[in-house]
Amino acid sequence: MVLSLTLISIVVAGLLALVYGLTKDPIALAEQQKQEKAIKEVTPGFNNNPVAEQSEVVLSTGEKLTVFPAKKDGKLVGVAVETNTQQGFSGEIRIMAGFDMNGKVINYTVLKHAETPGLGANMQAWFSDTTKPAQNVIDRQWHNDMKVTKDGGEVDAITAATITSRAFIDAINKAYEAFTVMKGGQNE
Amino acid sequence: MKPLTNGILKENPVLVLLLGMCPTLATTTSAINGCGMGMATAFVLVCSNLTISLLRNLIPDTVRIPAFVVLIASFVTVVEMLMQAYVPALYDSLGLFIPLIVVNCILLGRAEAFASKNSPVASLLDGLGMGIGFTLALTLLGSIRELLGTGKIFGQTIFPEDYGLLTFVLAPGAFIVLGFLIVIVNKLKK
Repeated sequence: MVLSLTLISIVVAGLLALVYGLTKDPIALAEQQKQEKAIKEVTPGFNNNPVAEQSEVVLSTGEKLTVFPAKKDGKLVGVAVETNTQQGFSGEIRIMAGFDMNGKVINYTVLKHAETPGLGANMQAWFSDTTKPAQNVIDRQWHNDMKVTKDGGEVDAITAATITSRAFIDAINKAYEAFTVMKGGQNE
Repeated sequence: MKPLTNGILKENPVLVLLLGMCPTLATTTSAINGCGMGMATAFVLVCSNLTISLLRNLIPDTVRIPAFVVLIASFVTVVEMLMQAYVPALYDSLGLFIPLIVVNCILLGRAEAFASKNSPVASLLDGLGMGIGFTLALTLLGSIRELLGTGKIFGQTIFPEDYGLLTFVLAPGAFIVLGFLIVIVNKLKK
């Protein structure tokens, strides 16, 4: 009885190890491609390798974010920040946000979220609708104290998804902080 | 052939047996999600049914449930790793529900009720039939919810999104659409 269960466990463990070995590289490759695609989407044209030049930035809260510098002919033209927030309606939200050197949001892409379909899950489309300036963040000059209108800020929250919107702004705020820290380091 | 066709309509796991309601209701927010979830489950179901049937005389009765669970869990992990490697977009949208296939009662139900008592070929066909039935039901449910909620099917716009009723993409829509589908199937069966 114990023997047969042990045998089954050993055999399936072997099977899992085999599949893990086979899929390890494709998984890593898929993750990397996803990251590179996200960086490309949120930064202006660059000709360096932002992934190879990534660095970690420590925020005032002690958190660490990864920043990817986008350089054209050796000159820094934009920064992509992989940011996150724990304040989402259903757990963590991960976003890749890109800034130009003046602190304007170039673009962003939501990497991972578990928000409500049809409401909070619309954040990718909602905050990038350039025809609606009140909710759009693309090309918006960012600052340290960005908030949704409901909290006295300037960005319109997603209808019926204020919590998700707050979390989204929180993530971009963190990205902006990482961006300013990094930019400060560059100027020295 | 009977084990194969049984699962598709007459004993459809979702619409007749009402098994595996959690993934059915939660993942069918769009046709592609439903279809992907259905196919992942079908794959695990075929593999687990076949292996359990092959091992049915070697597994002592007293430990059969743990043995089944171990087998099912490993196939689910295999599917999870394969999806993560080759269809990362679908993996991202199904997220947590892939590992939860382990506790899908269709799998344990078919293992216990069918595969542990029948020949490997019959079990394979049963797994395939149940898997197809599950996939069809989930795709249908996902398509209806996506169409009514956002005006699209498989991402193709049928009517403008503004006319969609968001409720159908949210949880209540899942219950409503599923209820109507069961009514239709019951009517057709009579």
